[in-house]
Amino acid sequence: MDWMAWTTPTAVFFIIIACTLVVFTVLAIKFPEVPRVGILRTETTRGDRLFITLLGSAFINLAWLGVVGANQPYALIVCLIYAAAVFRWA
Amino acid sequence: MFDATVTPKKRFKVKGSVVVMTIYLLFLMLPIYWLVNMSLKTNTEVLNEFTLWPRNLTFDNYIKILTDPSWYSGYINSIIYVLLNTVISLSVALPAAYAFSRYHFMGDKHLFFWLLTNRMAPPAVFALPFFQLYSSVGLFDTHIAVALAHCLFNVPLAVWILEGFMRGVPKEIDETAYIDGYSFGKFFVKIFTPLIASGIGVAAFFCFMFSWVELLLSRTLTSVDAKPISAIMTRTQGAAGIDWGVLAAAGVLTIIPGALVIYFVRNYIAKGFALGRV
Amino acid sequence: MEKTVNQKAWFLILPVLLLVAFSAVIPLMTVVNYSVQDTFGNNQFFWAGLEWFEEMLQSERMWDALGRQLMFSAVILTIQVPLGVFVALNMPKSGFWSSFCLVVMSLPLLIPWNVVGTIWQIFGRVDIGLLGYTLDALGISYNYTQDTFAAWATIIVMDVWHWTSLVALLAFAGLKSIPDAYYQAAKIDQASRWAIFRYIELPKMMGVLMIAILLRFMDSFMIYTEPFVVTGGGPGNATTLLSIDLVKMALGQFDLGPAAAFSIMYYLVILLISYVFYTVMTNLDKKGG
Repeated sequence: MDWMAWTTPTAVFFIIIACTLVVFTVLAIKFPEVPRVGILRTETTRGDRLFITLLGSAFINLAWLGVVGANQPYALIVCLIYAAAVFRWA
Repeated sequence: MFDATVTPKKRFKVKGSVVVMTIYLLFLMLPIYWLVNMSLKTNTEVLNEFTLWPRNLTFDNYIKILTDPSWYSGYINSIIYVLLNTVISLSVALPAAYAFSRYHFMGDKHLFFWLLTNRMAPPAVFALPFFQLYSSVGLFDTHIAVALAHCLFNVPLAVWILEGFMRGVPKEIDETAYIDGYSFGKFFVKIFTPLIASGIGVAAFFCFMFSWVELLLSRTLTSVDAKPISAIMTRTQGAAGIDWGVLAAAGVLTIIPGALVIYFVRNYIAKGFALGRV
Repeated sequence: MEKTVNQKAWFLILPVLLLVAFSAVIPLMTVVNYSVQDTFGNNQFFWAGLEWFEEMLQSERMWDALGRQLMFSAVILTIQVPLGVFVALNMPKSGFWSSFCLVVMSLPLLIPWNVVGTIWQIFGRVDIGLLGYTLDALGISYNYTQDTFAAWATIIVMDVWHWTSLVALLAFAGLKSIPDAYYQAAKIDQASRWAIFRYIELPKMMGVLMIAILLRFMDSFMIYTEPFVVTGGGPGNATTLLSIDLVKMALGQFDLGPAAAFSIMYYLVILLISYVFYTVMTNLDKKGG
């Protein structure tokens, strides 16, 4: 495992992602997913919206880093707003 | 095409398409012809005269490749890891493709998508971590390392292609077999596999092909013992004096496996490249 | 086909899951780890935070490579898609010549990528290649190792040679699925050749064409071997596309951190396009029944 060069922050990052996946799996078992057609004009389930949120957040963070270049944590607020929008309307 | 009832106007149209196809096929064949032409010339002829066909026909270039271990070992290495990869890919992909084509289960669509992303992922992204991974487990410069690395894109490819073929088999066949008392394993081997034989053939062909044509990962993961022919060819190009005749002959030899089976898969080429979706 | 819900199907997926997790997830995690650290090659890593991402986002080298990459993909798509459709329309529909065309057209698709490079490297040389020699004899100065325009022209013609047949074969598969009745109806209506194409053939081909466009885009976006063999990324950096640049950085200079940051951004773009691809394919499947 040495060659993988683990660090605490990246480990925490992956644990958070893994937990999110577990939570959404449990949710999907408890409350089965119902596909719906949102503003993307294609059917999305809860899992799809999670994927769109995560991928979009990555791009938001990169854009923040490239354009603003400071106060990276604030990018997470934008991500949260984006996530809320995706889960509400997509 | 040679229908006697065609009107003059239509005959002109047909001729137009013949012209188009002839030009296009010529465009495709000319560079290949040139490679073959080159491989049959002596180096003096290659470098000193410009000839459209070999004046002094020679097979020395081929003989050199087939007798020099530093050349032919490349072919052997390539074939070993390609076959290993094809076997691994197909054996894990067959049950998975069956599950995807027959059942709904938790996360099926996401898994299917995730497989696709691996087919689409650039090998360049994976070259460095693969190098570190296989070095750390002591598999660097072995055939199995390359075979496993190529599973990255070949397993998804095989799953998608096989799923495309399996969904064409009516589900009633499965149900009847189960009612008749077949176990899953027996049904799969005795009844289902023969039904999708052509699909398995096509999937095997494409796994073989994509592993055979890949250079970056196989070059990164090998140095001496498992060095594939593609890496040997590119190394030759870096050397000062290039032996063009031998290089061309090596190229011709790598085309042969594809050319041999091309006739049998001609109707499935589009389907295979489009991941079974056409 | 009606699928039944069966959670036990997971056991059938398990081997694939383990194998692909081993060869995809572990390397990707490693890349993420490398991207936030600095190393001097002795297996000692130092925390660097988002430094590499910042550096990459501001590096002209990466944006230039991305620009060249997009340009390359755009050019080959604008050539290959219309040309492929045009060829497909002219292919014989059945009989010996149809098989003959299929076989010859498939040939370039099955040639190892480095050999495709070698073929064009030889074909384009002024001293020994047919193309280079002919151009030179016609008085056109052509040297793909020195001249940027010639290098670009070579790799684009090479890609057209290599992959147009794929578009053509896909379009041909779409054309073959059109029932004869459509053409007979058009004949009765005395529809022009253009009208037949516009209102019958093109709509029926739309599905496979979408697949062809996306496939060609994805594959051209990660192209490495062919231009690497022909031009090696040169002259200068003129044909250094994304993958070539990344490999230079990762395996040539062994700059783990920057290369990892670069890889992640590259991969995110791929992920985005793959998602579009997947959505298009599943929607097509639904429409097709």
